[in-house]
Amino acid sequence: MAKLAVAIGLFALILVTAPLVAVAYRAGGLGLSAADWSALRFTLWQALLSAILSVLLAIPVAKALSRRHFFGRSTLITLLGAPFLLPVIVAVMGLLALFGRSGVLNTALSALGLPTLSIYGLQGVLIAHVFLNFPLATRMILQGWQAIPAERFRLAESLSFTPREIHRHLERPMLIEVLPGTFATIFAMCLTSFAVALILGGGPRATTLELAIYQAVRFEFDLAHAAGLALLQVLVGGLAALVAWIAARQAGFGAGLDRRLPLPAPTGWRLWLDSTAILFATLFLLGPMLAVLLPAISGLLDLPSQVWPALARSLAVALGSTLLTCVTALVLALGAARGQRWLDIAATLPLATSGLVLGTGLFVLLQPLIPPASLALPVTLLVNTLLALPFAYRLLLPEARALETDYGRLADSLGLHGLARLRLLSLPRLARPLGFSAGLTAALSMGDLGVIALFASESQATLPLVIQRLSGAYKQDVAAAASVLLVASSFALFWLFDRKGRNAQA
Amino acid sequence: MLRLEAVELAQEGFHLSADWELPQGAIVAVIGPSGAGKSSLLSAIAGFFPPVSGEIYVGEQSLSGLSPGARPLTILFQDQNLFPHLTLAENIGLGLHPSLKLSKAEQARVAEVLEQVDLAGLGERKPAQLSGGQLARAALARAMLRARPILLLDEPFAALGPALKIEMLALVEKVARASGATVLMVTHDPADAQRIADLTVLVSDGTAHAPAPTEALFANPPAALQAYLGQ
Repeated sequence: MAKLAVAIGLFALILVTAPLVAVAYRAGGLGLSAADWSALRFTLWQALLSAILSVLLAIPVAKALSRRHFFGRSTLITLLGAPFLLPVIVAVMGLLALFGRSGVLNTALSALGLPTLSIYGLQGVLIAHVFLNFPLATRMILQGWQAIPAERFRLAESLSFTPREIHRHLERPMLIEVLPGTFATIFAMCLTSFAVALILGGGPRATTLELAIYQAVRFEFDLAHAAGLALLQVLVGGLAALVAWIAARQAGFGAGLDRRLPLPAPTGWRLWLDSTAILFATLFLLGPMLAVLLPAISGLLDLPSQVWPALARSLAVALGSTLLTCVTALVLALGAARGQRWLDIAATLPLATSGLVLGTGLFVLLQPLIPPASLALPVTLLVNTLLALPFAYRLLLPEARALETDYGRLADSLGLHGLARLRLLSLPRLARPLGFSAGLTAALSMGDLGVIALFASESQATLPLVIQRLSGAYKQDVAAAASVLLVASSFALFWLFDRKGRNAQA
Repeated sequence: MLRLEAVELAQEGFHLSADWELPQGAIVAVIGPSGAGKSSLLSAIAGFFPPVSGEIYVGEQSLSGLSPGARPLTILFQDQNLFPHLTLAENIGLGLHPSLKLSKAEQARVAEVLEQVDLAGLGERKPAQLSGGQLARAALARAMLRARPILLLDEPFAALGPALKIEMLALVEKVARASGATVLMVTHDPADAQRIADLTVLVSDGTAHAPAPTEALFANPPAALQAYLGQ
């Protein structure tokens, strides 16, 4: 197992560094124009604000979900994965339907004679990023809550802890453990924002580096400038990934005996706060999705023929990268939990990159050997695997560490090694985070519209690319109908994996 | 049988040396103040705490370089001796094959040891459905199946009531005498030592002293033991 972890860790490192070296080699240097500087500033500023807002909103929602039981709770938890099932472009279309110039909000405002609000620029980017990321933050923090053994809460109750003391002795240490990783993850994700900035940003005041790379390739045909920007993106993203790496610390909660006990659910103003948090989360999650998807369902029957093969390609890519990501993340997390700290770097390094950076690098590498278009799908599968790896790893690592702390010695003393250990200990004890990771990867991969746009020819398009092309050809109704299909497939994949994991958790 | 040859354990602010051997089949208590290194001594023998110098032998075989599972011994920890997600029968079956691929005959042996520790019929239960005494007996049942020549007990019965603990010690003694296993058990209760231990190792002041006959030791305790006993 240890040797396998080393081999997979090295392989992952090489797969990420080779495109980066190619980019660095091709870049004309780091001579930055004023526009490049302003893109850098905007990229950092919006990522910082997005991460702060997402985490601040996620804490009360996660807390409410951890201690309240109500009708639809598990549906809501599954739904928290939904913004990942929506391709970013579809999510943004939903936000436009609510907050756009002729959206629900502004129609109501102007009917009341009030000034309308614009969703374009920084505020729009922030709304979209919070919509996309606060659910992930909530799920990550909720997992932290669930990782506190129920016995600790029982002990707290027996000592008549008030909610304030429970927070101080149990929840705050957990949050200190979980929040830096959550914040750093979202910050790094927002650093690589492309589609959101493409639609809601743009111009000198709201262009991200990622968008600038795209423009350099597509409009300036300047691969050297694109490579230079990609290098800058990697330097910034690398710093963020380093912060994320340092932010993840060892969990200090002991083992629980798996007796399921309800968590204390205080009444009074805390009940109101929890209710508000849950209501807000539900509305914020459902509003934009319903706004774009509901009107489009009737169009499902008249989908053009190119949609179906594209769906098959997307499913194949999604399932392939899910399998690869889960195997890689599990092996690396178990290795890191047994003390091989450097595997953290191998698993986290992709955070420093982005779809367009890796895509540009692979393009530069492949071009002399083979027409890049002929490898569009394998490259997409590979890039999706690498980009999902940090998230799957982050979700698995704390639980793998807890597993090692609690049962590592016992397993060692019984000679439980290799496949038997995997089958009897690691898989059953890590089924829930593994299922969630698989669902997340499938959804990310299914809805991804990044590297495929750089590589694919007409005959290789995935479903998100077909939707983008339909939308670009002003066939909005058809695009929306295909979006319904895409969202339904993504959601089904996520639901299946996540549910399977939660049912199999021992 | 079990021989500690100039073994030195060290960690920040902690040091322990041991240089003695145990006869085959002896039941040996390890007593001494908390923090003196009783558990560390067992950890070192079990392979979780490599000594900075010295060698540990079982018979003629040196244990250095052997992984914990490959050593000719079984260790019972203070807690977490069973996996909570596996049934009792599976937890015990791990003692035969870590892969849990058991033949009919092996499954019968699992049922047999369950019966020997009065857990017959409970094989399909998960640990959370059992009492502390039942958990301790299950862990002991697995040790019986493994049948390694050395049994290390790191206070696995510390959380049990006095009557249960006495019952468990009697069971340990019965199992050990029947199989001829050497037992090394950590305890902070002198009565435990006097109840079943032939020999006692006193751990204090950075030394695990050579084992001495329990009766004689308590009849005429050296200064360190007097201090520990509060005499």
